Amino acid sequence: MASSFDVEDEARPTRRDFLYIATGAMAAVGAAAVAWPLIDQMNPDAAALALASIEVDVGALEEGMSLTVMWRGKPVFIRNRTEKEIDEAKSVPVSQLPDRLARNANLAADAPATDENRAVAGKEAWLVQIGMCTHLGCVPLGQQGPYGGYFCPCHGSVYDTAGRIRSGPAPENLHIPVYSFVSDTKLKIG
Amino acid sequence: MEGHSTYQPTSTGARWLERRLPVIGLVHSSFVAYPTPRNLNYWWTFGAILSVMLVAQMITGIVLAMHYVSHGTLAFASVESIMRDVNFGWLLRYLHANGASLFFFAVYIHLFRGMYYGSYKEPREVLWILGVLILFLMIATAFMGYVLPWGQMSFWAATVITNLFSAIPLVGESITQWLWGGFAVDSATLNRFYSLHYLLPFVIAGVVVLHIWALHVAGQNNPLGIDIKSKEDTVPFTPYATVKDAVGVVVFFILFAWLVFYLPNYLGHPDNYVPADPLKTPAHIVPEWYFLPFYAILRAIPDKLFGVIGLVAAIVVMFFLPWLDTSRVRSAVFRPIYRQFFWIFVLVCLGLGYLGSQPAEGGYVIASRILTAYYFLHFLVIMPVLGLIERPRPRPASITEAVLARSGHAPAPAAGGAS
Repeated sequence: MASSFDVEDEARPTRRDFLYIATGAMAAVGAAAVAWPLIDQMNPDAAALALASIEVDVGALEEGMSLTVMWRGKPVFIRNRTEKEIDEAKSVPVSQLPDRLARNANLAADAPATDENRAVAGKEAWLVQIGMCTHLGCVPLGQQGPYGGYFCPCHGSVYDTAGRIRSGPAPENLHIPVYSFVSDTKLKIG
Repeated sequence: MEGHSTYQPTSTGARWLERRLPVIGLVHSSFVAYPTPRNLNYWWTFGAILSVMLVAQMITGIVLAMHYVSHGTLAFASVESIMRDVNFGWLLRYLHANGASLFFFAVYIHLFRGMYYGSYKEPREVLWILGVLILFLMIATAFMGYVLPWGQMSFWAATVITNLFSAIPLVGESITQWLWGGFAVDSATLNRFYSLHYLLPFVIAGVVVLHIWALHVAGQNNPLGIDIKSKEDTVPFTPYATVKDAVGVVVFFILFAWLVFYLPNYLGHPDNYVPADPLKTPAHIVPEWYFLPFYAILRAIPDKLFGVIGLVAAIVVMFFLPWLDTSRVRSAVFRPIYRQFFWIFVLVCLGLGYLGSQPAEGGYVIASRILTAYYFLHFLVIMPVLGLIERPRPRPASITEAVLARSGHAPAPAAGGAS
């Protein structure tokens, strides 16, 4: 049947093409606006974000002792290292490390992974790090593995006494959270 | 495929309905009069077995949901109360947990059957792709279901698998936190997994409908891999396929019942009877047996991102099988060299499964790497090259001819019914 809206002879693009594209674009924007709350509801909620910091009393930690605390649902390793552990960590040149960045949230992102940059500033015996393997998130075991540091039982990642990855599938050193010593014995994480 | 329904409603009520919604006719043409190749063997009953298993899982799942609580502090105890307090709770949970295992057992046989007989080849490519899509959905559903009891294995499986997404450059961390609803796997994660675990089986059921639709458009493949040429080559779905499928389902359910009643925890891990502890990872974590080959591939690659890519690619590569296989002969019965490579591939998959269950160290890692390389070699090199160089054996002229030759009869003249 012949149509009265025969546009074949008209030059393209027509006014109608423009209207189609404008309508389609508007519909896409509308769909995205509706989709966003449905997607964003899955992000960490206000209660999860509110658990931002904790305070830990570390006064009882003697040399060679460790403490694991829970922060934001993750384990945090706090360790008062021995002399031997510190010496071993210091003796490794950064150029030999698979991950040469300190991964320390208290320092610049490009800080090198020296033992000084991994340990607490001014308290080189102290090491505070998130106890989640940077491979797939298992909790490594302390004072184990060939470097006497940390060993992840899941897929065999080995960390040294400064929590730096030495071998295995983990791509990064153990992450160090934001923290500060509010007094000599009180540590604030987050 | 045999045109429109031949269904003739006999009662007044059926006639009334048929004029308004021809649903009885649809069922009749799909599952009663539907012409099915006369030479199907028992490997073809796994489609029916899988359909029954999907329904069984949905039924046991819906009733378990009446007793389960999806909260980090209550989930483990609610599963224990299902086991101890709820009437027949132990039975329902064991049926559901072992049902998942047997569902995968059946789907792997179904998949290997398709590979052996070339069921993915023209004109069944879409049918095959829908099948791989169902496998993907099954994997997601099974994984999220395994998290729900909130034992140690549940928790650490959830941690390891969600952390796979952290391998994605730049946005990885945001995606994992979005999946978790927090900064680690927690109650929020459990709750959303429960929601999705309930949803996905219905999505699977929807894709199964498309899968069966595509099957009925293209027609079933058969052990000879040759097309149906005449009515002689087929028998009606009911009673022939219906009864054969029923036998398959019953035998399969004997295996199912044996597991449920005699070895209900054989396929599980004792660690999952320890409540989830976010501060302690079990010494030896392994996924359920049906994920072990993929887990071995993940661990074989000594790089986080490429390990994850390998894991995903192991399944994605199957989508392309219809085009990777260059041979025009469907059935391995007539492909002497492919038949051998097929069995090597089966052994490689079983080998990867074994290696996935072993610790990731020493010789196990080396073996995993070799078998992982072979897995991809099979799809990406052997399948395309073999189709070009292999000389297939002559195929029979028709299904009927082959069937009658085997039973010692001369081919009957093409007349009369198939019965």
